[in-house]
Amino acid sequence: MSISKVWVLAESADSKPTSITLELLTFARSLNTEIHAIGWGENVESLSTELGNYGATTLNVVPNVGDSLPGVPVASAIAQAVNSGNGPDLLLIGATYDGRDIAGRLSAKLNVPVLTNVTGLELQDESLVASHSIFGGTQVAKSKFTGNSQPQIFVIRAKTFSAEPSSGSPTNVNSLDPGAMDSTNAAKIVSRHVEERSGPKLDEADIVVSGGRGLSDKSNYSMIEELAKLLKGAPGASRAIVDAGWVPYAYQVGQTGKTVKPTVYIACGISGATQHLVGMKNAKNIIAINKDPEAPIFSVADLGIVGDTQKILPKLIEELKSRL
Amino acid sequence: MNVVVCVKQIPDPAAPGELDPNTNNLRRDGKLIMDDSDSYGVEMGLQLAESAGGGEVTLVSMAPNNETSGLRTALAMGAAKATLISDDALSGSDALSTAKVLAAAIKRSQPDLIIAATESSDGYTGTTPVQVAELLNLPAVTFAKKITVEGSSIKVERQTEAGYDEVTCPLPALVTVTAGVVEPRYPNFKGIMAAKSKPVDDLKVSDLGLTAEEVGSTGARQVVFEVVAAEARQAGEKIVDEGEAHKEVVSFLEKLKLI
Repeated sequence: MSISKVWVLAESADSKPTSITLELLTFARSLNTEIHAIGWGENVESLSTELGNYGATTLNVVPNVGDSLPGVPVASAIAQAVNSGNGPDLLLIGATYDGRDIAGRLSAKLNVPVLTNVTGLELQDESLVASHSIFGGTQVAKSKFTGNSQPQIFVIRAKTFSAEPSSGSPTNVNSLDPGAMDSTNAAKIVSRHVEERSGPKLDEADIVVSGGRGLSDKSNYSMIEELAKLLKGAPGASRAIVDAGWVPYAYQVGQTGKTVKPTVYIACGISGATQHLVGMKNAKNIIAINKDPEAPIFSVADLGIVGDTQKILPKLIEELKSRL
Repeated sequence: MNVVVCVKQIPDPAAPGELDPNTNNLRRDGKLIMDDSDSYGVEMGLQLAESAGGGEVTLVSMAPNNETSGLRTALAMGAAKATLISDDALSGSDALSTAKVLAAAIKRSQPDLIIAATESSDGYTGTTPVQVAELLNLPAVTFAKKITVEGSSIKVERQTEAGYDEVTCPLPALVTVTAGVVEPRYPNFKGIMAAKSKPVDDLKVSDLGLTAEEVGSTGARQVVFEVVAAEARQAGEKIVDEGEAHKEVVSFLEKLKLI
């Protein structure tokens, strides 16, 4: 099935397209087809310069999303476009909070399947083949759609592609028909809370320092934060300590959680469960500190230190402080 | 308030996973346990039903071979009853087919609230709950870290990139919860004994008004056609800390010109 029109979900933060949006646009350009972005929210038109610079020619805007969670209105607008023959053959969506909502809603609305958790996508004999990292990244499952249902929907993990601008001109802006909204659109945002996190974002940081169960106690996580701050990096966490309520879900690196590709990933007291490895094993360099010499994390570490985080981290912090 | 909690019974994540060499489906023919991610939903459901002063928690699960061991764990925690959909026709179902099955089963109990995990610990698809909500024509709030019931609606703190949003939503609705939001209770002896006699309603695809063609590998419109070994990462130097190992970290970072 040939692909002639691609839509890329354009999400934004601080009036800029998110990195995953730019990564997906960059991939879309490799298909040599018409590329549209689809966005929503206040001042979404201001994204047109940047989206154009990464290859989109049109920005389709979902009007009046207002205080609604975007899942229903955005999926509804895309479904409306598909049903009236103006929709895409291929829809690329980032594996984000809202992206997953939109993909799930749209899939059920249009009765089309969706491939999620995609860590690679390529054209093979006119078919798009998706890669999925399984069993802790030791194996790669390759999948594709078998029917002719359209559009093909892929939900793609961050860092699957790297973003490169193409110096295209700003996009046209086109308003979509949102269609009739029903009771499914009843969830409304009352207030937004920003949790102050100084330093770079977890998935954009050059250095990530993560902590796990081996820290022994919630209070020891402050060493992870301090170390991250000293290195101008971002603190992260394993699923175990997120599940235990030590730190919020937003800190989680792994299959459930963020994918990171920093220059250096420092895993402190993290054993390296498959679920965690998927999220960080593509870091350029990995340092692991763990008491258990048999911990699986050492099999991916460039520098492995068998030892107690509670002894090593304070010394490391002191040493770095003395260099300030 | 009546709550349905979706529970997935999965192969023990501590054991190495295995794919069926013919179909590339994850093998689920061994012993299955309740997905840890679902224990938070079960706990949340129990707490909300208790604080609402009445109502019960019903579990809904789709699993092969009439597997109930994971359901018994949740029943032992305090859920009142369970619906199990187990049918050979379901083998190889994709996420949307799974959602159709779960939605049809949930519809039978007309709950006020449906709770699911944000994603399972074996498939990680993460779209099934929202598909269920759409098929039932219900609103959904995903990635909840806190839920409170206020009359006929709920207030939810929903995880976002920047922090969280406070969201209100009228009931009935579907909510997905992230792990760590509540402390799941351990089943006590009394609970475990009671769980043995709690009702588990056994359903087949035909009981749900679905046809075998809509589900399972025949209904799936996606296929895993190949599984290959990932590029392996080589382990580097491993040293044992004798009091000076922090210096190794410093010089490693120095070499990369990061400090």
